[in-house]
Amino acid sequence: MNSKSTFDKPVGVIGAGSFGSAIANILAKNTKVLLYARNPKIAKIISKGRKLHDQELHENITPSNDLKYVAENCEVLFPIVPSENFPALIDDLADFLKPYHILIHGTKGLIVINKNWEADENIKIERDDVYTMSRLIRERTLAVRIGCLAGPNLAKELADNHPAATVVASHFNEVISEGQRLLRNDRFQVYGSKDLLGIELTGVLKNIIAIAAGALSGMGYGENARALLISRGLIEMIYLGHMLGANTQAFLGLAGIGDLVATCSSKLSRNFTVGERLGKGEKLTDIVATMEETAEGINTIKIIVRLMKEYPLRAPITESLDKVINGDMTIEQALRFLMKSPFSIDFDFF
Amino acid sequence: MERVILESFERIKNLKPTLHTLIEELELTRYREKLRIKTNPWKVDPDDEIIFWNNVKSRLLDLENVEKNEKQKIADEILNDIVSRYVYEITGNFKHSHYRLARRIIKFGFARLLNAARIKKFGSFWRGELTLQDQIQIIGETEQLRKLAKIGTVVIVPTHFSNLDSILIGWVIHTLGLPPFIYGAGLNLFNMEIFAYFMNSLGAYKVDRRKKNLIYLESLRTYSSVALRDGCHSLFFPGGTRSRSGKIETRLKLGLLGTAIEAQRINYEKNEGGRHNKIFIVPVVTNYNFVLEAPALIRDYLEQKGQERYYVESDRYDKSARILKFLIEFFTKGNNISVSIGRGLDLFGNYVNDEGMSMDSKGNRINTRDYFLFRGEISANTQREEEYTRMLSEVIVREYHRINRVQSSHLVAFTAFEMIRRKYKNLDLYSVLRLPVDEIEIEYKEFRNQFSKFRNRIIDLFNEGKVDMATHMTEEIDHVIDLGISNVGMYHSRRPLLRNKQGDIITKDMNNLYYYHNRMDGYELEKYF
Repeated sequence: MNSKSTFDKPVGVIGAGSFGSAIANILAKNTKVLLYARNPKIAKIISKGRKLHDQELHENITPSNDLKYVAENCEVLFPIVPSENFPALIDDLADFLKPYHILIHGTKGLIVINKNWEADENIKIERDDVYTMSRLIRERTLAVRIGCLAGPNLAKELADNHPAATVVASHFNEVISEGQRLLRNDRFQVYGSKDLLGIELTGVLKNIIAIAAGALSGMGYGENARALLISRGLIEMIYLGHMLGANTQAFLGLAGIGDLVATCSSKLSRNFTVGERLGKGEKLTDIVATMEETAEGINTIKIIVRLMKEYPLRAPITESLDKVINGDMTIEQALRFLMKSPFSIDFDFF
Repeated sequence: MERVILESFERIKNLKPTLHTLIEELELTRYREKLRIKTNPWKVDPDDEIIFWNNVKSRLLDLENVEKNEKQKIADEILNDIVSRYVYEITGNFKHSHYRLARRIIKFGFARLLNAARIKKFGSFWRGELTLQDQIQIIGETEQLRKLAKIGTVVIVPTHFSNLDSILIGWVIHTLGLPPFIYGAGLNLFNMEIFAYFMNSLGAYKVDRRKKNLIYLESLRTYSSVALRDGCHSLFFPGGTRSRSGKIETRLKLGLLGTAIEAQRINYEKNEGGRHNKIFIVPVVTNYNFVLEAPALIRDYLEQKGQERYYVESDRYDKSARILKFLIEFFTKGNNISVSIGRGLDLFGNYVNDEGMSMDSKGNRINTRDYFLFRGEISANTQREEEYTRMLSEVIVREYHRINRVQSSHLVAFTAFEMIRRKYKNLDLYSVLRLPVDEIEIEYKEFRNQFSKFRNRIIDLFNEGKVDMATHMTEEIDHVIDLGISNVGMYHSRRPLLRNKQGDIITKDMNNLYYYHNRMDGYELEKYF
């Protein structure tokens, strides 16, 4: 706050998908925003109609498709692109990132680096091959002050200005406080957490359960089934989280159970929608072909199932979903399998 | 020194801003010091300790009867007295002006002493025919280290396995023709005259690990920080203490490393930059075939595990004669000592080039000043610097494992212990260590087979640049194994490994074997069983 000129610097949002646009709109209430869209057409559409994904863009938002310009003019950046595009983005961005940059990402996926694991079933994935987005940023760029955003933040509801909250997690207090200062408004509360890995993983793993919840809904089942799934799903998430090196705590907070409840109950969630269509009997390939934006959960399931082969751990929901998306099981068979699974203990942590 | 006292004083005042908290801290310190004097006195402690702390006590008692304004003044005075006492204790009688001369004399004497130990004829003592270079190999980035010492301030951070490390590193610094380095040596070393003699002349300041009170720790930190800012090259053992387990350090003490980051930030705040203000970190790994203290260290480790809080720092080597014997044995018998010098790093874990510039993985220059910027200006942020310190310590640990030079002695110990552990996999570690040694026997053929698997993995890691390896490692396998077995812990009365008449592998001491085995910890070799 000691230097006015730098204080006036805009904040960058990288990725103009529906969540990126919604975050840009929230930020725009507090500061100037540069919204980066990779596709020059989108940047043009934004500047003409000021509308994107049915969201009216705030007047403080300036669209851009020049990554260098965005990185050089902003100290705080919010990369929000699908995980599959994340490595390419980071490689492009790396040339412009300096150690003073603050990056708070909003991507809820995992990525496997340096292994052509999808092509060959026999390739092993180890924990070290699996990257969260923050680790990718840390290892591929000079940025160190890294954080993430997670919480029940359905883009559509944020755009409609419904009350909501999110969690900004980082090892650095200044990243958390910057995130809070920039995002907070009277309709949007921001909590802080030092558990970066835990918070990232809650957002990633809940997508799996959201697909399962969608499937139950697609099959026409009601609230008992959903409640069963959410509570069992949370436990499965915690086990998987432990496998990936996280603690239990994050899963019990806003970014964990909070986000889980929201995504498992809402047709606004992409992962839920994928599940719902699976539940109605559609094939995965047909579903993916007709979806506008990526459902991270599908990729997460594949990575987790492959990684789990190296651990003495069972995750029945994730494993059954994997069989369904591979076509090895119908959704009814998966449900029958899950109902027969010997879950004798309700909750056995701590 | 006055600067150090003043700055420490101010730091502590910042940490304890109110009169109440300050007095509380003073009382706590007094209490702990009293307790230390009573329960754990050392020979090296000054005689007037009791008088000093009794005086502090009576002044603290008097405080109750004075007015508030007066109270603050007296409390400040007491603090100042304690800080001054600590700072003088830390710096000792080290004088920069005497330093060079003393060093030269010591070096001469030291080299002669070690030569004498190796040569039977007394006359050779003065001729210095054999040099330590014959015995001790210095490998790695020596050229870069020399260059960096000319450009900026170098902090050498070695692994710590033996009390001899500081002398060994002192010798390396001398041999490489580097300018003086200062370093913090455990006060317990000064209990022994011969060590005290070396330490005082080699630029050592004293670190008393018994004193864990805030005032002492802040004084120590300030001393280190001021010295770094003044451009004094320094030597920290970031593990804090000798590795009890024989493992390469995986967790470093963040205190002194933190002072380096702080000193760098203050340098940047005061100056516009420039490389002469830059602080470089150089990791160093010492490789021994045997560590004389190993039996005591591993015993400590096993006792300590699980009940660390009740563990009292002790000094086992209290007799100079014993130390002298130790020195002689160490340098004469422990052939194949090597010291690996790592690549220079900046304080943020980036490699620096020979000109001292930080480089990213693509070869672009990094302006390290940027690490301290917030909204375009350098800002002091303790939490950020703590995080940087943690990140730096992770990189140092990674570098230790990368430059660690695997010797056959380490790998035979690893192989043997892992095989024994597998054989008794239902037993926990402690039970395995308590197995009667005459029951343990590993068939040579099996051993050779397993050793070969581990060795292949080490060679792979070496080719990937993840570990270093002594040249003998690639020789004919039976020869490598023989070399390893005859060298590992070779001068312990109970050898960790031997071969019996049938040629099979036996041990005389499981704890020692475990100690040398631990050196190979952290490479996930177990997976290749």
